[in-house]
Amino acid sequence: MNVLLDHFALFRDGFIGTVSLTAASALIALVLGVVIAGFRVSPVPPLRAFGTVWVTVLRNTPLVLLFLVAFFILPMVLFPGMSPYVLAILALGFYTSSFVCEAVRSGINTVAVGQAEAARSLGMTFMQTLRLIVLPQATRTVLPPMSSILIALTKNSAIAGAFSNTELFGVQKDLSDMGFNIMVVFLWIALAYLIITFSISGVFRVLERQMGVAR
Amino acid sequence: MSSVLYDTPGPRAKARNRMMSVLGVLAVAGLITLSIVRLANTGQLAPEMWGIFQYSGIIEGIADGIVRTLQAFVLAGILSLVLAAVLAVARLSDHWPVRWFAMAFIELFRAVPLLITIFVIWVGFLTDQPMWALVLGLTVYNGSVQAEVLRAGILAVPKGQVEAAYALGMSKTQVMVTIQIPQAVRAMLPAVISQLVVTLKDTSLGFIIVYEELLQAGTLLARNTIVNGDNPYVTVILVIGAIYIAMCMALSALATWIERRGRRARTGIEVAKAAPVLEAGDVTQPD
Repeated sequence: MNVLLDHFALFRDGFIGTVSLTAASALIALVLGVVIAGFRVSPVPPLRAFGTVWVTVLRNTPLVLLFLVAFFILPMVLFPGMSPYVLAILALGFYTSSFVCEAVRSGINTVAVGQAEAARSLGMTFMQTLRLIVLPQATRTVLPPMSSILIALTKNSAIAGAFSNTELFGVQKDLSDMGFNIMVVFLWIALAYLIITFSISGVFRVLERQMGVAR
Repeated sequence: MSSVLYDTPGPRAKARNRMMSVLGVLAVAGLITLSIVRLANTGQLAPEMWGIFQYSGIIEGIADGIVRTLQAFVLAGILSLVLAAVLAVARLSDHWPVRWFAMAFIELFRAVPLLITIFVIWVGFLTDQPMWALVLGLTVYNGSVQAEVLRAGILAVPKGQVEAAYALGMSKTQVMVTIQIPQAVRAMLPAVISQLVVTLKDTSLGFIIVYEELLQAGTLLARNTIVNGDNPYVTVILVIGAIYIAMCMALSALATWIERRGRRARTGIEVAKAAPVLEAGDVTQPD
């Protein structure tokens, strides 16, 4: 208990750091993931191929390696002197985007083709079909995998701590360097992660209940 | 075209798709060229930078890294499967303390980032043995995840088979060991191997606790090599990335192959899908 109270500011900063890393990279992952999923289901072969390569490469690369790419290669390609925070959310966001893409794609694929055909035969335009028939159903099926992807992202953000970012893993490292009992620190850090991940799964459970309509 | 989203293209749509193909190819090619030019300007792609892979020292260093990565992977893979079997059976136990303990263990280690678990084991218990810290961390995390996979498999065994086994006079242990677990393993093998891909990828966390696996060995080589007055980080990272992708894809291909073979058998149990390699730590449930 003392460790937590004496170093509350450190814990608070770490907690905020983890939440902020998670939220920022989740935003990147969602936007990129949906765009790449759009590529993967598009009628344009080169875009489909690009999407496939994207997913294959990113899913089979260890996240730590992506962090190395972000910290050693990216500054040369873009511009030097990017902050560790930006590099970390880029690595996390790009990595997670491949999982988001696959979730969205399988969500779209679960909508029966007959439904889109029915919509067309009712005279709906492409946008109407998408907006009224396909996307609402896809969203519902995508919610559960999206929840576990975001929870995984929260946990993965720990790696950012090893690359000079302020977050919970960094807090753990600092406190163990100061000589505190590592098991006590571990329990507090674990509790902090549990709070974040339970909040995420709670929000998604509410969303699922609101959107869940029997098919 | 069986996509929900698009009609079979007519002449105008075909022309539009062709145009978008060209634009898409140009855009991607442009991005790649730009990155290569920018990297080349920093001298990171000079022929000398690639030449380092001719030196036996570099090759040996990377080979050693691969060996250590595979060593940690094989140990963690085997130990995590053993732990998973124990946890899965414990979760289905008739005694509530056992059931409760297994559930708490699984939930705790699935919720905490693997890196933090590994770090605690390293700092707290095995400071001099980063490999075992990595292996044990991977074991408790992946064991917890695999336990849920196996449990789903055990529950998927048709009830009639279990009842028949009891009717023949088998004990609970016999039913579990001879009827339920073998079929659960068979049904869940693709999902188990998909999770092993995640284990293989996660051995790279050894980088952070200074275990000289592939990633650590590679960056160490890059740090100690100077070509044209610069460290060959870019070429080394690209090569190591290619090695990881090749290893993971080979393992994923194995999972898909086993899944296809499993579909041919008629056991009344749905074989789990190999495809969703969720590092999410989430369980692929047979629906």
